[in-house]
Amino acid sequence: MAHPELIVALKRAAPSASVLHEAEDLRPYECDGLTAYRQTPLAVVLPTTVAEVQGVLRVCHARRVPVVARGAGTGLSGGALPLADGVLLSLARFNRILAIDPLGRTARVQPGVRNLAISEAARPHGLYYAPDPSSQIACTIGGNVAENSGGVHCLKYGLTVHNILRLEVVTVEGERVTIGSEALDSPGYDLLALMTGSEGLLGVIVEVTVRLLPLPERAQVLLGAFASVEAAGAAVAAIIAAGIVPAGLEMMDRTAIGAAEDFVHAGYPRDAEAILLCEVDGNNQEVSEHVLAVREVLLASGATEVRTARDEQERATLWKGRKAAFPAVGRISPDYYCMDGTIPRRRLPEVLRRIAELSAEHGLGVANVFHAGDGNLHPLILYDANRPGELERAERFGGQILELCVAVGGTITGEHGVGIEKIDQMCTQFASPELAQFHAVKAAFDPAGVLNPGKAVPTLHRCAELGAMHVHRGQLPFPELERF
Amino acid sequence: MQTSLTPETLRSAEGREADAILRACVHCGFCTATCPTYRLLGDELDGPRGRIYLIKQVLEGHAPTHRTQRHLDRCLTCRACETTCPSGVRYARLADIGRGVVERAVGRRPWEALVRRLLRATVPHPRRFGPLLRLGQLAAPLLPAALRRHVPARRPAGAWPPARHRRRMLVLEGCVQRAATPDTSAAAARVLDRLGISLVRVSGAGCCGAMSHHLAATAEAHAFMRRNVDAWWPEVEAGAEAIVITASGCGSVVKEYGELLREDPAYATRAARIAALARDLSEVIAREDLSTLEGIGRGRRVAFHSPCSLQHGQRLAGTVEALLARLGFELTPVPDAHICCGSAGTYSILQPTLSTRLLADKVAALEGGAPAVVATANVGCQLHLASAARSPVRHWIELLDGPSPRGG
Repeated sequence: MAHPELIVALKRAAPSASVLHEAEDLRPYECDGLTAYRQTPLAVVLPTTVAEVQGVLRVCHARRVPVVARGAGTGLSGGALPLADGVLLSLARFNRILAIDPLGRTARVQPGVRNLAISEAARPHGLYYAPDPSSQIACTIGGNVAENSGGVHCLKYGLTVHNILRLEVVTVEGERVTIGSEALDSPGYDLLALMTGSEGLLGVIVEVTVRLLPLPERAQVLLGAFASVEAAGAAVAAIIAAGIVPAGLEMMDRTAIGAAEDFVHAGYPRDAEAILLCEVDGNNQEVSEHVLAVREVLLASGATEVRTARDEQERATLWKGRKAAFPAVGRISPDYYCMDGTIPRRRLPEVLRRIAELSAEHGLGVANVFHAGDGNLHPLILYDANRPGELERAERFGGQILELCVAVGGTITGEHGVGIEKIDQMCTQFASPELAQFHAVKAAFDPAGVLNPGKAVPTLHRCAELGAMHVHRGQLPFPELERF
Repeated sequence: MQTSLTPETLRSAEGREADAILRACVHCGFCTATCPTYRLLGDELDGPRGRIYLIKQVLEGHAPTHRTQRHLDRCLTCRACETTCPSGVRYARLADIGRGVVERAVGRRPWEALVRRLLRATVPHPRRFGPLLRLGQLAAPLLPAALRRHVPARRPAGAWPPARHRRRMLVLEGCVQRAATPDTSAAAARVLDRLGISLVRVSGAGCCGAMSHHLAATAEAHAFMRRNVDAWWPEVEAGAEAIVITASGCGSVVKEYGELLREDPAYATRAARIAALARDLSEVIAREDLSTLEGIGRGRRVAFHSPCSLQHGQRLAGTVEALLARLGFELTPVPDAHICCGSAGTYSILQPTLSTRLLADKVAALEGGAPAVVATANVGCQLHLASAARSPVRHWIELLDGPSPRGG
């Protein structure tokens, strides 16, 4: 066993049974939701108290041993990928809801609490937590904050950053600090926003105070079926143009529809090329009006069928299929590579056409699932990791999709974070002076580079090696595309 | 998920099956959310995704130790993960394969082996288990309270109606249920008799084989299964409509006889036919005309505990609840209804610490709605819940057994 002294020190900082260091125990921790990247860590620590987290960080900081924090390990960008010479710090045991304040509409929770568990606990008070990533059944709030997760509801209610008030964070030196407050704004720099989406590079989150929203009086979902993905894309723009802000506006293409239907049996039309799921919420009258308006827009946009959920159970089932769409694709392909680019909504049809062309070029299938309302694409590239060369092809294909997103004026990540997966595309997204500023922020919090090193922000050296350093607007890939 | 199983593993049918199951898993982690042990322990190794990984590494040629075995032992095989899994991973089958491989590789510690041997030698054999249970019941007044609550009270079965109807179904009396709650099958026979169906007991049938199967004693499990196939076959040929199983734990295994005996040329066909005829009692009753039972539940508050073998194993979530609601029972809310009570066959004996924690949570969830009675659909859950609940715990069929409000 490497580093016996480190293990001894870790076992002093946390109960010895919560320090895993045998290869047999470590291998199941070698990846998160992105299995294409795997690495066993030196050790896994499963603390249960903040004092233990502080102790572990002190031990690692003193020895310059990298620390990667992990929640439920559902992330799709490899943010919780361990490092060979590092410690994986699991926050999964911090799974208690500490307090719910129904009057102030806040919940104080530990970082390992599941996203959905917050809404379940708030429900008796007529409240819920709005951001709802597709993995909300399993993903943890700490991970949501680290990745600034989105979800179906984000179109109307914002991302994680818009729905949290305060964080308790342990710094790399093991100091506990409070960031933000119960008030909507706090004096000084907005460090809360800086911490949100910082992917474990600036500190370890040990407590989160979230905002809760009143459950809408009524919510209704409409399903529109379309004979082409382009027509569905046009309908998305038409709904927004009609002045409606849906609580969710999601699209799935034929491949995704089939896989999701096999799991939930929601009655999705398997013969449609695309479906849109549009949820409207609010008071009864508002919802009734919007349902009629959305129905008209969908039909005017060429929907071959428009359906409204008959009851709450059907509404839940229609959403369950969408939320399970990624893993349901596991039914039709042994592996998939989930992309997370954003684009301006109006560029959707051309981007989809280009993705289809790339799919043919690489000989790999694609299932498309998106948060259509906010232009966040999730093409799932289908491949078989057991066939030599397919992963590499999938990676090249994925890289081209992200570069395409940037080329049309979008970004390489909407909500999954950069992690290890999109680190090279960061060189496309940002110029070197910008990346240098990111490194300066990192150095202000963690000069020794102990927290999740190598993720989220590429070194300038890495970008230089990629030859992407001097790629600026006019010189991006896909020069034939009009710039946004 | 990428796999690289050893060539040796891939040479066997079992190894190839495991490979196919592993490749369906995409490592999304949804399963961890509904896994009872992951919720308690918060360790990847004690959730389905981690156990899948542990099994994968063994099949890929990394020698396991007792540590891997401990994490596989802690799994309840409740199959909540299968209900949650969007990719359709057949976890329980993989766990069976993995447990077998690991047990062959690392064996059992002497004490564990002894307890397992004793369980296998007594529980599935009513002629041995019955007298032991009677002894316990007789001695109960002398036992300390902590032990006494684990001894179920003696229950008279009541009369079994004569086989007077043209419609006939067979019943699996099972092993533990025959000794500990004989009133369940008898109540089922009386209710079905009123609905125009005679429930027939077949001598020679016995334990379904579930316990041996889950303790990785495959040959012994298959022997139990073959014995039941042999016992039922003449009645099946004579036109029995169905094989009714009143304990959902047994039902989930009988429904898999075809799958489990498929490599046995002498039994494969008959086992598949038996599996196709197997029905949970709730499936049978729900399809009949229940007008004579209408309103039987009026004014009675029931908390229903859906056994994992019913809701996850047989995918019959909601069947009993809908039936009870239709008959007028008032169902009290039960939070986390998808989570196991900790009984899980022999789990309550082999993993007492985790089992007790799950039991306490479950009893609190069931009694939170102030029911007059707790009902369930599996003998294991029934006895386990009764050891801690303040309310009486019954098999749901008993609630339907009695004078109907219309005097039918």
